[in-house]
This record gives sequence, structure tokens and C-alpha cells, in this order.
Amino acid sequence: MSVADPPASPEGRSKEAIDTVVIRFCGDSGDGMQLAGTQFTNVSAVFGNDVSTLPDFPAEIRAPIGTVAGVSGFQICFSSKDIFTPGDEVDTLVAMNPAALKSNVADLKRGGTLIVNEDAFEASNLKKAGYDHNPLDGDEELAAYRVHKVPMTRLTRDSVEGLGLSQSEADRSKNFFALGLVYWLYDRDSKPTEDWVQTKFAKKPEIAEANIRALKGGSNFGFSTEAFTVHYEVPPAQLAPGKYRKITGNEAVAMGLATAARLSNADVVFSGYPITPASDILHELSKFKHFGVTTFQAEDEIAAMSATCGAAFGGAMAVTASSGPGICLKGEAMGLGMITELPMVIIDVQRGGPSTGLPTKTEQSDLLLAMFGRNGESPLPIIAPQTPGDCFWAIQEAMRVAVEFMTPVVLLSDGYVANGAEPWMVPKASDIEPIKVDFLTAPNQDDEFHPYLRDERLVRPWARPGTPGLEHRVGGLEKKDGTGNVEYSPENHQHMSDTRARKIANVADFIPEQEIDGPESGELLVLSWGGTFGSCRTAVRQAQQDGRSVAHAHLRYLNPFPRNLESIIRSYKKVLIPELNLGQLSLIVRSTFLVDAVSFNKVQGKPFKVIEVFNKINDLLNS
Amino acid sequence: MSTLLPQLTAKDFASDQEIRWCPRCGDYSILAQMKKVLPELGIPREQFCFVSGIGCSSRFPYYMNTYGFHSIHGRAPAIASGVKLANPDLQVWVITGDGDALSIGGNHLMHAIRRNLDINIILFNNQIYGLTKGQYSPTSPLGSKTKSTPYGSVDNPLNPLSVAIGCEATFVARSVDVDTRHLAATLRRAANHKGTSFVEVYQDCNVFNSGAFFYASKKGQKENNIVYLEHGKPLIFGKERDKGIRLNAHGRPEVVELSGISEDDLLFHDEEADDPSLAFLLAQMRHPEFPEPLGVLRNVSRTVYDEAVRDQVSHARETLGEGDLEKLFNSGDTWVVEA
Ligand SMILES: Cc1ncc(C[n+]2csc(CCOP(=O)(O)OP(=O)(O)O)c2C)c(N)n1
Ligand code: SF4
Ligand SMILES: [Mg+2]
Repeated sequence: MSVADPPASPEGRSKEAIDTVVIRFCGDSGDGMQLAGTQFTNVSAVFGNDVSTLPDFPAEIRAPIGTVAGVSGFQICFSSKDIFTPGDEVDTLVAMNPAALKSNVADLKRGGTLIVNEDAFEASNLKKAGYDHNPLDGDEELAAYRVHKVPMTRLTRDSVEGLGLSQSEADRSKNFFALGLVYWLYDRDSKPTEDWVQTKFAKKPEIAEANIRALKGGSNFGFSTEAFTVHYEVPPAQLAPGKYRKITGNEAVAMGLATAARLSNADVVFSGYPITPASDILHELSKFKHFGVTTFQAEDEIAAMSATCGAAFGGAMAVTASSGPGICLKGEAMGLGMITELPMVIIDVQRGGPSTGLPTKTEQSDLLLAMFGRNGESPLPIIAPQTPGDCFWAIQEAMRVAVEFMTPVVLLSDGYVANGAEPWMVPKASDIEPIKVDFLTAPNQDDEFHPYLRDERLVRPWARPGTPGLEHRVGGLEKKDGTGNVEYSPENHQHMSDTRARKIANVADFIPEQEIDGPESGELLVLSWGGTFGSCRTAVRQAQQDGRSVAHAHLRYLNPFPRNLESIIRSYKKVLIPELNLGQLSLIVRSTFLVDAVSFNKVQGKPFKVIEVFNKINDLLNS
Repeated sequence: MSTLLPQLTAKDFASDQEIRWCPRCGDYSILAQMKKVLPELGIPREQFCFVSGIGCSSRFPYYMNTYGFHSIHGRAPAIASGVKLANPDLQVWVITGDGDALSIGGNHLMHAIRRNLDINIILFNNQIYGLTKGQYSPTSPLGSKTKSTPYGSVDNPLNPLSVAIGCEATFVARSVDVDTRHLAATLRRAANHKGTSFVEVYQDCNVFNSGAFFYASKKGQKENNIVYLEHGKPLIFGKERDKGIRLNAHGRPEVVELSGISEDDLLFHDEEADDPSLAFLLAQMRHPEFPEPLGVLRNVSRTVYDEAVRDQVSHARETLGEGDLEKLFNSGDTWVVEA
């Protein structure tokens, strides 16, 4: 049996052009929803839409099949316009089983399209999902949506019939059937996915064939069923001219580090211990050995951080990555990096806390940990990437600041930025500024080496072990400025504490000034940071279109703040600080500038919806 | 290298820092032997790096005129791993105490050893927490009366050598602080071993645990309480070299008088035995039941972690070429937006 390619335009049915669509695929963790979502993203990105994604992983890898705990989702917003978020409400929801329907239907827009695998709605699955009835029965329950009950399991089996697959093998192609149907609905070209399947399953041609047949089966079903009366077209977006690819935040971090290693005269040594959602950085980097990247999977985060201090002392660009629980373990060794004044970057891909918290969900609740989570006076520069693609640049900036100022730097990413994807304009390697690594090669004072002799920015030199004449000792004990010898005197400790703090403050002269989007003064400033960029920018722009006097300042540099931040803050009557925590930036801004900033907080493991920020802006302006 | 290395002496390895250990602390002796051994190794001074944790013993790097890192409690093996990965040509020494290595840092010690990183770990075992002024440590004998155990400790101690062997150590040795010639020889062998060298040094804490190892260090006592290991030689000890170790019918060691027994019937040391059983058996010989072995218990060759890491990097460079950023950026699907 061979499956015909679906005709391009079905007769008697209309095609509508729309600018922005949000789709969510959801099903059991084993249903391949991440794959379906990623394929849809790739195809849409290659087609030229702007895209923004929000994968939603279950906390358990192997939660019981069919339960709400095991539901995995992938949301993608694709548009012919410039978009910043994966969307507030879902236009089309694909639910592969009752549990997926139950836990996701609330996000589906009224009047939205609901596609369910009706075959999965049998007694045992319904029970596992906690339904005491079948929500597909009767008209009441899902009346607000355009419901398409599709027997996907059966149709998938039909599509792959004759390939000699077992039933469970055949059923594994269901996600491709669903994908094919959605491709038809949104007029997507399935070719890139077919190519991907061919390469991915090159060694298992029958599986490749099954997936492609299921994909086409889904498209054909959409085409030939009267149920789908319209299908849609989302034209390419007008992105800035250039070459694009799709990138996630963690991929971008890894690529940024490979770039740093390749372009500068020091190698990167990355030490890490697996933890969601940071592990992908280790996975990606471990492929980049030929760029001058060494990866070390340590025995725990304490070891990873300690090895990072050791690698920095050894003369490498040292990096570690983790998430909240691991960052807690790193605290003591981060302090060691701070007091020895060695350059390194600590990446914190934030997730819901405290403790193990919500491992797979996003949050911004480690800001105060990054600021203050060490004993003693130990300020560190903090940089937060704002989008997946921005991670590429932010990690390089973090390393640049680390090396320029001889200090550990914290990069505060989050689960949303790390796993989310967006189109990314491919840079030219030759346009990227290398990180300048200057190792001292000769004694710096009267034929002697003084490892803590500082320049005018208070930065000490970096001497690589192996360099003759620069033998020296560093350590966690308080030291005398200049010589670095152990020194406990009261005046010296005051001097050194002040000096280290001033050095970090001096980073403000090195980083760019804060930019604002909107009027330079007015009623309201929305001040946000890190991964909430998209929702806040979109909400502010919408309010501006309504004629509101509101501007947006999105911080990438959280410590020290950009030097013009205070004057920006003072140029507006009110300041609103939306954060995915209970008010951490707020606390710092209020205490630093004595300004009565208003907090807007959310800790639900989810990013802000645009509408939430938009409504808050209006509330404030109306009050 | 064609240029001759300048002839270094112990003095060249002394830093300008005043040494702050208590008078007659065993650490002095270990420091002296280290300074004596390093110049003999034919390695330039700038290629040495000493990494330590926290404790009296961990002050060691400050007193060596080499590269050095006095770090945080228990983490020296992990810090040393980073140093070695970043700078593989260095000869890296880890200086640690019984609390530092086996209590707070037990996990790092275990993993450094099983990875077989090319570093030398010297554990100064004084069976006490010196720096924090005298609490019992994981090597203090059961019943030790210390500041934190006025009624005697009730937890079983660890045997550092057993731990190392259990972690698949490729080089395991023991020496004593004041046994200067033996200590120097042991350090030299540790330095020359490829892979992790683990050396336990019995060290007298003169202030908080004085005399803990006098049985093994004092003339008149030690002769009957220690047995020097020599590869391929039978285990013989005693002031008159009149006693030996033999395996009994159950394969357990026993002390025998040499009179009337052929040396061939004694236990012969084989430090290169692939199977660690002999090394473990030797490690388990404890005072006072047995003379305690000094010297190299185990010396075998295995894949060295940092070399393997380096090999992977150079292999990747050879097969894939120097990383090409343009290729990397453009990997996966790309598309062009026209102006
Ligand atoms: C995180 C941490 N916990 C506790 C201490 C206190 N402390 C310093 S040294 C030490 C024990 C040292 O004992 P050992 O390793 O045997 O070294 P010694 O002083 O005997 O040479 C302790 C508990 C510390 N410095 N850091
Ligand atoms: S307390 Fe003990 S180990 Fe520490 S320096 Fe004094 S004698 Fe040496
Ligand atoms: Mg001790």
C-alpha cells in the first residue's frame, strides 16, 4: 500500500489567512509530543514564520501511563508578525488522551479547535485521568470548542498496515498522524519532517516508512474529512533580513561557549552535574571538544563548582551550570572563587523552588540567591539572558566580564528561556568579538610577582600555572592586597572587603547603559528582567498602542545595575516590577533606590501571559 | 627538552611565609621531605601545583614556593581535578587531612581515585581534627576520648588504605612523618606513578593527639609494630628480623617466628598484582594484632582520566578538524529572509 500525497487545496473548502496561531500538542509522556511540537516548530521556522515555543515536561520521567502527572505538552506560537511569547491562549489543542485533555483544556480559547484521539477515551484511561464519565459524550461539556473526535489509533494502524510492525510499534506513529493533520490544517509543508524522519530512522527503514505514512495519513484525513471546513494559512513573518535558524536557550549557551573557546586563546573547561533544566548544556557541550571545550561530569555540584575554581586557577575559561538545588550546593565554592578573584561563570537555569520544587517548570526565584547566597560580603556580577537566542550573547558577555574583572559571574537563565525556541539570526563568526584573555608572563613589581596587585579598575592579574617566576598561592583565607599573603588584620579585612565590592561596582562602567522601549518619561515604567522579556514587551507595546504613557526597561544586568538605571526609574511616576517570584528584584530596587515600586508576582511554574501584565499595567494607570 | 634545568634545591621550594604549625607537629617533617624530593624529580618549579582543603595539614601549600591553592574543606580533590583538566602538564599534589579527606570530602576523594586522575594525594592522618582543636575524626579509634567525645567515641573508624583500595586506587602507600628516608622514598614513588597516587602518612598532632603513632615511629617500638613492604620480597620484621607474616590455611595472615621456617613459606609482596586482594589484606593488618605495613601496597597501571580526556579532545580535533564556527552556527535547518 502506498499513501498518496494529499492534494494541495481541497475542493469546496476555504483557506483563510491569519497572522498568529497558538497550537499545543499534549499527550502522555510516551506519545511523542515534544517531537511533534519540535517538528512543527522547525517546519514553521523554515517556512519563515516567527516562532516562540513553550515545552512543558512532566515532573516524572515515567509517571504512570495515562495519568495527569504523566502529561507532556508542547506549545508553539507561529506568526507572520514579530512575536515575543508562545502565546497566552491556545487556538488549537491536540489532546492524545483524557489526562491531556483534562489538564490542558482550560487554556484553550473559547471557540478554539480541539482535536482529540477518541480511541484513547476508553474506560481505563478515563479512570486514570480521574474522569467519572467520558467528556466526549454529549454536547455540553466541550460546547465552547470546535471538537474533532478523530480515531487516531485506528487510523494510524490503518496507515502503516502491511509494514509488518507490531501493534505497539504501529501505535508509536500516532504523533505523526496528529502532526500530519495539523500540518494540513495550517497548510504546512511536511517535506522537512519527512527528510528528518528519513535521516533519523535511516537504520530502521520500516519505522521511517511508518512515520511518513502516518504523517501523510493525518494530512489526508484532514483533507478528505468534511469535518474540517476551513484550513488556515499563516504567511511568513517580516523578520529582519538575514539567515535564520531555530535555537533553544540551552543550545545557544553551548554554542556561545564553543565560540568563546574557539575565538580566544584559552580553552573552556565546563564542569557540571546533571540537573533539569540545565543538563542539556552539558550534553551539547560534550560534542564540542574540537572547539577547545573540555567537559567534566563531576560527582556532585560541590565538586563541579570546586573543579571550576580549579580550572580557573589552572588558566581555563571555567564554567559550570546547574539549577536551584545545585546552586545551593555550589555556594561555598562560589565564595572561594570570589575571594580568590578568579574568572568563571556559574549558569543557573532557574526552576520552580524551593528545594526540589517544580523541576521541569520555570521560575525567577533565584535572584536573591545569586545576589546574596554566600557567606560574608561576596557580591558577584549577574547577567540574565532575555530570550533563547540571547543566551548565545549573554554567556559570552558573562565570560567577558569574568575575565575582564577577575571574578565569578552568575548567568541567570530559566527553564522557559532554556527550553524555549525562537528563530535566531545566524551570526558571522568573524563579526564576533573574541574574549581577550591576558595571562601575565613576567613579575609585576620589582622582579616579584604580586598576585593581588590591582589596576585602576581594581582588577588583579591572572597568572597561569606553568609560567616561570609567577609561582604563587591563592586561597580562601583573607589576604593582603598586593602580595596575597594571608593577613587577618582588621584594617586589611575592611580594605579588602571594600575593594572587592568596589571592583564589582566598577563593572557598571563596562556594561552598556540601560535601554528603554517607549517614552523617556511618563506615568509608568515596567521594569522586568530575564525570561519575562517577551510577555512584558508585548504587554507594554499593546498598552502603548492604546495611547498609554508607559515605557519598558528590561534588565539584562542585575548586578551591578546599569549606571543610568536610577535616572530612568526617577523619570516615571510609577514603577511596576513583574517577576516570576514573590518580589525579589522589587526588594533590591526598592532598597537600592528608595522607590515605591509595585510588585507583580506569579509563581505557578508558568511564564506570564501577556494579558496578565497588560491588565496590571492598566490597573495601575487607572488607579 | 635540550636546555638543562637549573639544579634546584630544597631551599628553592621554600616560600617566604612563616610556618605556623605548633612546635614538633609532624607536618614539619613531611614538608621537609617534600622539599627534598621535588628537586630530584627533574621538573621545573613552575610545573608543580599544590592543592589543599582546610585543616592544619592543608596550610601546606603556603609553605611551598610553587603554584598553590588552599581551598575549602574537603574539596581539594575536586579542585585539583579542575586544575589538571585545565592544565594537564602540571604535576598536581593534593594535601589533605583525615577529616578533610575522609569526612567532609569523602565523596570527592572516592571519585578522584576511581577516575585515576594523574595526581598525588597525601593524607596526613593524625586521627584528630587539629585545626578545630581536637574533635575526633573518622580515623580516630573506637573509644577515643576527645573534646566532642568525652565518654569515648562510639563510631567505627575508617581505614584510609582500605578506602583507597576499595575505590580501585592504582597506587596505595603508607609512611610515617618522622621516618624520613622511607617517607622521601614513598613521596618519590608517588610522584612518579601515572594515575592517582594515594599515600597515607601517619602524622603526629603534638597538641591534640600526641603519641597516636609512636608505636610505629619510636625506636624500640616500631621494629615490632611495622613491616616494610618490598616488591617481590617476603614480609619480614622485628628488631632482629626474626619474624614474618605467613598465610594460614584459611588464607589469613599470621605472625610467625622465623626460626625453623623457610622464608619461602612467608607471604611475598606483589605490589603489581592485578587483583587487589593482597593489597586489601595488607591494609587490614592493624596494630596491635599485626605489624602494620609501610611502603607501597599497590602499584598498577590503568587508564589515566586526564590523559583519556585529552585523547578524546585531540581525537575530535583530528577527525572533525578544528571546530568550524560557521558550520556550527549553520547546522540544522536554516532559512533566509530576503531584504
Ligand atoms: C565547611 C566547613 N566546615 C567546617 C570547617 C571547620 N574545620 C576546619 S578544619 C576541620 C577539620 C580538620 O581536620 P583534618 O582534616 O583532620 O585536618 P588537621 O587539622 O587535623 O590537619 C574542620 C572541621 C570548615 N572550615 N569548613
Ligand atoms: S594542632 Fe596538631 S596538627 Fe595542628 S599544627 Fe598543632 S600539632 Fe600540628
Ligand atoms: Mg587530622
